[in-house]
Amino acid sequence: MIGVKPIDCHGVVIDMTPLDLAKKLRENFGEVLSEPVEFRGEITLKLSDAERIVDVCAATKKELGFDYLVDITSIDNYGEDPRFTIVYHLYGYGHRCHLRLKTDVGEEKSELPTISGVWRTADWHEREIYDMMGVRFRGHPDLRRILMWDGYPYFPLRKDFPLSGKPSDAPGTGFTRTAPLEGGPFVTVPGGKDTIEREPRVRNPEE
Amino acid sequence: MTGFGVEPIACEKNHKFNLPAFFDLFSLDLATVPPRLTPMPSTTEFGYDSKIEGDVIHTRLDATLNWFRKNSLWPMPMGLACCAIELMAAGASRFDISRFGSEVMRFSPRQSDVMIVAGTVTYKMALAVRRIYDQMAEPKWVIAMGACASTGGMYRSYAVVQGVDKLVPVDVYVAGCPPRPEALLDALLKLQTKVAREPLTQAPNASRQNEEAARAARPTEPAAVQV
Repeated sequence: MIGVKPIDCHGVVIDMTPLDLAKKLRENFGEVLSEPVEFRGEITLKLSDAERIVDVCAATKKELGFDYLVDITSIDNYGEDPRFTIVYHLYGYGHRCHLRLKTDVGEEKSELPTISGVWRTADWHEREIYDMMGVRFRGHPDLRRILMWDGYPYFPLRKDFPLSGKPSDAPGTGFTRTAPLEGGPFVTVPGGKDTIEREPRVRNPEE
Repeated sequence: MTGFGVEPIACEKNHKFNLPAFFDLFSLDLATVPPRLTPMPSTTEFGYDSKIEGDVIHTRLDATLNWFRKNSLWPMPMGLACCAIELMAAGASRFDISRFGSEVMRFSPRQSDVMIVAGTVTYKMALAVRRIYDQMAEPKWVIAMGACASTGGMYRSYAVVQGVDKLVPVDVYVAGCPPRPEALLDALLKLQTKVAREPLTQAPNASRQNEEAARAARPTEPAAVQV
């Protein structure tokens, strides 16, 4: 679709680009927002102060028309400081532009404000991040685990959590046991010439 | 075929409905069968003949009860993933599980006989599966349908139970990802064969207790799930 200008539902050509919107956002939040980084047509802004995330998100929604929070994801930069990166994926149905916001959270704090007051759909996204990564969202209306049960002692998507899991017991609620990996994990390699090359097998990179 | 280990069966006249001989197909443990009090002449028919025997049928109690049981195994459809789609197909018109007496899918454990675990059992679902199994009335059986229910399948991870036999005793495992409905029907027939052979002299859950004890002896698996 490069070179084709998007048209809204009334046939009006939309002239806004994600870069324009990112620049507009920086007019208000230039002191905490990085220069827009473009990669394959996608614009990313880095927010240096996670405490400002609510202000920035409210501005993108109310002033820039990003009415749809597509997803919130989290990254574990294990061994680095700050350890966690929270990534917000925004979209506007009016101007049909995507925007990505990133902000870092240190391991000692592991906390940042919730944006569920801006987009209500953030409720479950933030619960999932809390469940899988252990980052808490201050002011969240219902910050419980969403996939594992309350009382499960680990955060499974952290890099220091083994794929095979760790045994745990919560009497009456749940339990987990270690899965036998048999030399795995089993890795799928795309692009192999036959099924034997493509199918999941034990492939250790150091071998 | 030998009838009760005494006389060959002459069933030329009565081949349409030879009920004791039919039961005898499944009475493997011939040593436990009491011998006939009077030797049977070789020309006597060994079969049910309403003109001679009236309303009385001679057979074994366990064979009769098992016959009742095996032909109306009501499933508890524990559909957890895509295998449940094949389970639904097995119940629908093309495959029609009702041909084997198992069309009455009961979403109520106390009315069901066989739990068909169709799909991936996660640890979050594990205790629910166990609880429903415990709520089912004896005698009860379990079919592990598909790779995930049998072994965890492709999910070698922290979140998935590595085989539902770590939670409940499994009678029949079905391979496949997912298995075709024919495979499930075959498993049902195999389970029927197993049900027909279960002796009443043994406690119904004796094999199950052996299985639980064996499972408890293996340290990598949950010894006893507290519900």
